[in-house]
Amino acid sequence: MFEREILETVIPRLADGFIVTLEIFFLTLLISLPAGLIISFGSMSKFKPLKLATKTLVAVIRGTPLVLQLIVIFYGPGLLASWAQSVENPNFLIEWIATWHVMDRFVAVIASFSLNYACYFSEIYRGGIESISKGQYEACQVLGMTKTQAFFKVVLMQVVKRIIPPMSNEIITLVKDTSLARVISIYELIWAGEVFIKLNGLLWPLLATGIFYLAFNGLLTVVFGKIENKLNYYKT
Amino acid sequence: MSILEVKDLKKSFGKTEVLKGVSFNLEEGEVLSIIGSSGSGKTTILRCINQLETADSGYINVAGNVFFDGGIKKESASEKRKRQLLVGLVFQDFHLFPQYNVLDNVTLAAKLLAKERADYKHNKKQIIAEIEEKAKVLLAKVGLSEKLSNYPCELSGGQKQRVSIARALIMEPKVLFFDEPTSALDPELTGEILKVIKGLAEDNVTMVIVTHEMSFAKAVSSKVIFMDNGVIEEAGTPEEVFDNPKSERTKAFISKFED
Repeated sequence: MFEREILETVIPRLADGFIVTLEIFFLTLLISLPAGLIISFGSMSKFKPLKLATKTLVAVIRGTPLVLQLIVIFYGPGLLASWAQSVENPNFLIEWIATWHVMDRFVAVIASFSLNYACYFSEIYRGGIESISKGQYEACQVLGMTKTQAFFKVVLMQVVKRIIPPMSNEIITLVKDTSLARVISIYELIWAGEVFIKLNGLLWPLLATGIFYLAFNGLLTVVFGKIENKLNYYKT
Repeated sequence: MSILEVKDLKKSFGKTEVLKGVSFNLEEGEVLSIIGSSGSGKTTILRCINQLETADSGYINVAGNVFFDGGIKKESASEKRKRQLLVGLVFQDFHLFPQYNVLDNVTLAAKLLAKERADYKHNKKQIIAEIEEKAKVLLAKVGLSEKLSNYPCELSGGQKQRVSIARALIMEPKVLFFDEPTSALDPELTGEILKVIKGLAEDNVTMVIVTHEMSFAKAVSSKVIFMDNGVIEEAGTPEEVFDNPKSERTKAFISKFED
């Protein structure tokens, strides 16, 4: 079962899948961490239409499965285009839609994961920002700081300290959620393991993928623990 | 001309009229104490002058600058900020910045402001050194030279409040306001704050102090205002207000604080 040649085929395949998993993970974080901040500003905006629009977006994204969002974003443009092509007397908008192509699989994965996680992060950011006392802002104002200075020099670091625990939770979930990408045929870690059931009737490679997830999340847990410790030099 | 001029200031929160027309003047170097029971509008006066609340009507002038003249005008944030630098406020609950040590708490705003100076790029090192030196002098004045690198969470309430006084002083406000600076402190810690404020009064810092410390107000003030239910019930020198109050309400209030 664990013959050397089988190991030599399985391990590189799993590693390939794992690299795709890591790509999805890091690209999603790179986009969704700042995007979430922008969405959280929208949901705290005093401009009512913007606030309503962002709140609706967050409600829809949080209220539907990520798998569904993945499918809609991947197949959506192509389906719309074929519908637009069948419209008689199209206006300029429909003509434009008719030129849309099927999305690249990987782009669709990154787009839907980033949108989904940005919405979750935005709520964590919002909770963190709203938990900072009004007194901190007032102290900044009477000392003549601008609102931007107050946010970046005083408030943000306190927010970061407060949101590290819920953020690490969400980020660890992201590691495991990357496996959903296989529904639109992305060759990620789980897929890489599953292949061997069909190919050689081997179950263990699929089970072995668990070790990758476990090891990577273990590493993340250690990193977040270090960050938490580092920010423990003060209390609020 | 008075350094602080407040005329017929009115402010309501919803249906509650907190200030019903308050007027007073303060000359440079004077110390004004505002006394009165909770909910009489003392803190609201401070918050209106310090631009944390917008009054409904009236007039506020600080050092020749109109802070408020009844209308809500469209103005840039930088104009509001320019005025903000003329006044300073010490809060009841300190509101220190928890992630910065004592020295950084005091220097932060001054350093950010210095970045706007035309010569900042050329003399950066010197400007920063000057600000830090100034902060150390102020912290020595409030007796915290030993605590420069401590964080607020490591300080007692009295020490925190002394940091916040130094933090306000470094911006060199024309008038320094105190909003019940000892109310959040244990009784044995109020003395150290009152001593610091007395020292400032001796240095002729113009101050307005909202306080419940009657004997302190009597000793330190050049003027006293007794607020009751949104109006100035009585105003005068400490002797006039404390020893010979004319109004029955003032008498009743002050007698509560005598043994």
